Amino acid sequence: MNGNDFTFVLDGENIPFEPGQTIMEAATQAGVYIPHLCYHEEYRPRGSCKLCTVKINGHFGTACTMPVQPGMQVDNDTDELTAMRRRVVQMLFVEGNHYCPFCEKSGNCQLQAVAYHVGMQDSHYPHFYPLRNVDASHPDMLLDRDRCIQCELCVRASRETDGKAVFGLSGRGTRTQLVVNSESGLLGDSDFSITDFAARICPTGALIPKREGYPLPIGARLYDAKDIARVGHRQPSSKAAGEK
Amino acid sequence: MQAINYRRINQILDEHRRNPLQLVQILIAIQNEYGGCTDPLRNYVAKALDVPLAQVHGVVEFYHFLSTERLGDYRIYVSDNITDRMLGNEKIMATLLEKLGVTRGKPRADGRVFVDYTSCTGLCDQGPALLVNGRPITRLTTGLAAEIASKIEVGEPIATWPAGWFQVEEALRVAGPVLAERSEPGRALQAALALGPERFLKEIDRSGLRGRGGAGFRTALKWRVCRDAPGKAHYVVCNADEGEPGTFKDRTLLTRFADEVFEGMTLGAYVIGAEKGFLYLRAEYAWLYPHLVAVLARRRAEHLLGEHILGRNFSFDIDIHLGAGAYVAGEESALIESLEGKRAVPRTRPPYTATHGYLNQPTICNNVETYVKTALIARHGADWFLESGTRHSPGTKLLSVSGDVARPGIYEYPFGVSVQTILDSCGATDTQAVQVGGPSGTCITPIEFARAISFEDLSTGGSFMVFNRSRDMLAVVQNFTHFFAGESCGFCSPCRIGTQLLRQSIDKIMAGHATARELADIAETAQCIKDMSHCGLGQTAANPLLDTIKRMRPLYESRLTSLDFVPGFDLDGALAISRELSKRDDAAAHLGQRCDEHGCTINAAKAGEGT
Repeated sequence: MNGNDFTFVLDGENIPFEPGQTIMEAATQAGVYIPHLCYHEEYRPRGSCKLCTVKINGHFGTACTMPVQPGMQVDNDTDELTAMRRRVVQMLFVEGNHYCPFCEKSGNCQLQAVAYHVGMQDSHYPHFYPLRNVDASHPDMLLDRDRCIQCELCVRASRETDGKAVFGLSGRGTRTQLVVNSESGLLGDSDFSITDFAARICPTGALIPKREGYPLPIGARLYDAKDIARVGHRQPSSKAAGEK
Repeated sequence: MQAINYRRINQILDEHRRNPLQLVQILIAIQNEYGGCTDPLRNYVAKALDVPLAQVHGVVEFYHFLSTERLGDYRIYVSDNITDRMLGNEKIMATLLEKLGVTRGKPRADGRVFVDYTSCTGLCDQGPALLVNGRPITRLTTGLAAEIASKIEVGEPIATWPAGWFQVEEALRVAGPVLAERSEPGRALQAALALGPERFLKEIDRSGLRGRGGAGFRTALKWRVCRDAPGKAHYVVCNADEGEPGTFKDRTLLTRFADEVFEGMTLGAYVIGAEKGFLYLRAEYAWLYPHLVAVLARRRAEHLLGEHILGRNFSFDIDIHLGAGAYVAGEESALIESLEGKRAVPRTRPPYTATHGYLNQPTICNNVETYVKTALIARHGADWFLESGTRHSPGTKLLSVSGDVARPGIYEYPFGVSVQTILDSCGATDTQAVQVGGPSGTCITPIEFARAISFEDLSTGGSFMVFNRSRDMLAVVQNFTHFFAGESCGFCSPCRIGTQLLRQSIDKIMAGHATARELADIAETAQCIKDMSHCGLGQTAANPLLDTIKRMRPLYESRLTSLDFVPGFDLDGALAISRELSKRDDAAAHLGQRCDEHGCTINAAKAGEGT
């Protein structure tokens, strides 16, 4: 096999890839957007939000976990997949308590941005209105579990980048919730710091700095006018954080 | 409140070598000892094992039989499979709650007792059943439930309760080669050792043996891939997490044929070159633990396990790991996570267990029955095995038959047997439907009873539940749909949320609040969950609804309201909290749900009589 064989087909286009890359990595490198929420290039893919579901040789699978094979036929931007992704985003919205109009993250929220991207107009499903604890014990950071989508990005960032393991997931099924590694279970009693990388990685407004609300008016925020497919997820990188 | 004896905790920790891989095992021991894994206990364990407290907390909250609060001296779990329902488990529950003065799912204030439901306990042939501190009591009556309650009230230790209460019967109704004879321990092993690992593996391959858990993957292929995978060590795992509701054939095999199970595991070790094996025993079968440990000890004494098995340069030993209540742990990668002391969340695949299993090393994970079959093939050869069954499903299958039948129990048939043959044999009359393969399997009606049990037609891990015409099939669907919603591990969004949505839909239909649109909505949500879920749980969770909507649509239609627009929930029920807070229960504090000729809801109190 020579180097020219390393291509696969994504939505009808021949896309080159490097051996060992996942569909997500190869697509991102080629400038093709695949919706996602739990994926971050620095961490081992988790494949749990299922938004990056694509059709691989006729079967559904997650782009962030599936290694590319030469000649693979992958469908990404199709009506069928967009409709399925819309349903999953709607599920995420009804499972938690997401009040975009007054959320500090509105306009910069990846959940909201992906919802715009897949054309979500309503919540479709009945709201669960779960009772979840808000944790305001930390001096600099707020943990609002109402907005948590259990993507585990903060769990991974704290463990792998910050070397702290401040967070974990507990419970099962729809009672799964983010827990904090302290005897009281409160963020204020953990060794979490606003300078941690994990403090900046939340795709929604679940983990958010205090006293920084609404620096920009509605309309001027990142995803207000531009689709996330164009501006990207703007996820922080730990390397950039280290240089700071 | 029971004082914590830290010397005893240290003993438990030491018995498990203070190894984080043993976290689940340690927490099970603590739960059994103290009736709960409370804050100080979790903190102590986290420090002793040097693992994050959040991880310990996460494990405790994941498993059904572990709890963050102390539940009580007596912990009762009433089995809630549909077969238990049909045998009257709701009356048993009501009796226990009333006699013990306790609320379901809430510890009694004095710390004495806790009562709750649990998913199928694998005693469907002799239900209704319950587990009290892990020990089974079957064929419950309200009289027996009252006796249990009085024993608890006087604080009598379970050890002195009548031994007869804890008898579990093993009814072998139709025997084939597995059930007909007990083989002398070591004979299969001698036969395989005489052949050598490669020739024995070829024999397994030639036999066409497929995994008996239900998926039907070729055993020889799994073993070959594992054997050829590089690794520091290879492992053998036996999946005895028989969690599919209505299945109890592994219970029988572990009770009566434990030697054959362990012998099969040893054969696997011989082929792949493993020195270590695990039998993952579901929590509901923890009462089999002493028996299994005794069989292992005897096999060691007989040189069938341990160092230099049968005098050869081959060493292998088996540990028994307990589950703690999680259906999803039956998925092999989730089972391995649990073996490693973690939450039983299915891994991302590829890589597969055969190459990256326990501790990321090559691992074979097979069903209890599959190992028994490998021991049979070792003794009798592939040709003999191929004589029964069908071309694509050779051999026999053990079926756990329960529900509306005269003779529930274990039936062994060659693959290819028709559903009707089994129904005739077990004494089923006036049958309305059969659930083949449990809730994740297929629900069929009489016009399909000529279909065959096989991987190419009706695949089953062994569950075979029969429903006669007196049963409300939608109550069956409701039970199964609640089961999946309760067992979803919560890892992936479509299953975590979607199973809840399906539960809401069936509840809405049962409560008479659903319109014709509901069935279309269910179909769409179901498809989304099926296509996008991470593992088999989510991929099959909608089967009970989809199968019955397809085959019994009129049943649903009779419960749908013909109106286009009705409240999707119980208006009056939504006021319950307000009534409780305001301490009111008069007529004006209630909302009716009657509709006028335009389909609008009207307040029953204002409308006067007629409600």
